[in-house]
Amino acid sequence: MDNELRELYQQVILDHNKSPRNFRVIEHPSHQAEGYNPLCGDRIDVFVNVKDGVIEDISFQGKGCAISKASASLMSSIVKGKPVEEAEKLFAKFKDLITGKLGENPDLEEIGKLAVLAGVKEFPARVKCASLAWHTMINAINEEKNLVTTE
Amino acid sequence: MNSKIETPQLKNIAFDVEKIRKDFPILSEKVHGKNLCYLDNAATTHKPKTVIDALSKYYETINSNVHRGVHTLSELATNAYEGSRETVKNFINASSEKEIIFTRGTTESINLVAQTFGRQNLNEGDEVLITGMEHHSNIVPWQMICEEKKVILKVVPINEDGELLFEEFEKLINEKTKIVSVVYISNSLGTINPVKKIIEKAHSLGVPVLLDGAQAVQHLNVDVQELDCDFFAFSGHKIYGPTGIGILYGKKEMLESMPPYQGGGDMISKVTFEKTTYNELPYKFEAGTPNIADAIGLGKAIDYIKNIGIEKIAAYEKELLDYATEKLSEIEGLRIIGRAKEKCSVISFVFEDIHPHDIGTFLDFDGVAVRTGHHCTQPVMERFNIPATTRASFAMYNTKEEVDVLANSLKKVLEVFG
Repeated sequence: MDNELRELYQQVILDHNKSPRNFRVIEHPSHQAEGYNPLCGDRIDVFVNVKDGVIEDISFQGKGCAISKASASLMSSIVKGKPVEEAEKLFAKFKDLITGKLGENPDLEEIGKLAVLAGVKEFPARVKCASLAWHTMINAINEEKNLVTTE
Repeated sequence: MNSKIETPQLKNIAFDVEKIRKDFPILSEKVHGKNLCYLDNAATTHKPKTVIDALSKYYETINSNVHRGVHTLSELATNAYEGSRETVKNFINASSEKEIIFTRGTTESINLVAQTFGRQNLNEGDEVLITGMEHHSNIVPWQMICEEKKVILKVVPINEDGELLFEEFEKLINEKTKIVSVVYISNSLGTINPVKKIIEKAHSLGVPVLLDGAQAVQHLNVDVQELDCDFFAFSGHKIYGPTGIGILYGKKEMLESMPPYQGGGDMISKVTFEKTTYNELPYKFEAGTPNIADAIGLGKAIDYIKNIGIEKIAAYEKELLDYATEKLSEIEGLRIIGRAKEKCSVISFVFEDIHPHDIGTFLDFDGVAVRTGHHCTQPVMERFNIPATTRASFAMYNTKEEVDVLANSLKKVLEVFG
């Protein structure tokens, strides 16, 4: 397999794609939103339970490519138990990572296992796949009523 | 089918795909170090050298505005532009050049009809009839005018194989139907619709028919008089010609009765501040300086096709389709979407657990260009309850070896995701 391709589809990503974490519905969540990528027709539902400013539980459902599914899975496991504010900061950093704005040798400690998605930066067409779940989560928390799209 | 367009002396020469490939410079390009294996021809086709050369030759030797000047270049440009119109006329066997209108493409052609014929003839309570396999470009223009005029847009459903349910069409068409607008060949399923039967039925009720021929003219012989369609739309870039140029064919009496589409230069015969008299056909529908170079390029593309012979192309592409269908069907878990009995060289497919976008990225690294997504036919995706497909669409320059490259590349994807 080509190196760039191997970098994009790391084993961790393939694992998360095959057995996504928190891939379920939360009944009566405090927040929820639907995300949509008009480019490929992918849809994702993100369910969040926020208590006292902390993400107590988060889950998602939907159909998507390996990148979007793995990203949603990784997101859900990393933000669970974190304050909303921190999740928002993580998203900002994650966006910079996948769009190649962190430079050559970024400090990846803060974003932890999200770093496996760094390969996305070589595939501009796939940035939207990796960010759909995050956009949807942020909108759910901000109680945006409208359907989220990546456009 | 009419076979007038085939050049008789070429009839017995075998179809030589290697020779054809040499005429298309882009086919020798490399992608990720691999030979380009271009299987996205339903999106756009590549251009033979004669078309590419015609564009630069136009700008280098005769560039000027048409229908205007008395100077030599203007005359040469006008002759070339109008010559191309004649080529198109002969290609689809229209009865007159007046019936051939240059547009930007199929999309603009359909919008033109919706905004002129539609605006003039649609009234509250009327119906427009389309099918469940239309490209967005044959849905949205009608939705726009329907919303404005409080007209109902009706949709003929399709079956599991992606074929039009003709008996449903017969039930849905009625005295309220003011136009039927239907795709000749589906871009996402490859289905060839029984357009002759559709036109006959519609005409028996006095309803005109528009055919979206964007995926048809490059694959089969089109004779608009034999079909008896009222409008026929197609794009240059899907028939080995340039982007930004397309055709609307309309029966003369239809076009004459319709109001102009856009106002401006060239579409008038006399302008005063009180009143403007519109120009005759086809200029009435060609406001402003037209896309001269690309119209000439389209003419060259048609000449190229005619030299090979559309029947030969169709026969070769059928062979490719059969081979590809067989090869892809052997791949475990691959499900073909669109299994119409009458089908052209388009294969859409899905895997249960592998998303088309991942497939597309993997194939790209083997040099294979396919389309992944909803193909501007979201209602079709909804019909089959899938978000997207991977689509391989073949042209006359594709080979069986390329089908093998695709199949082998797909097997590699399965190794990673399976």
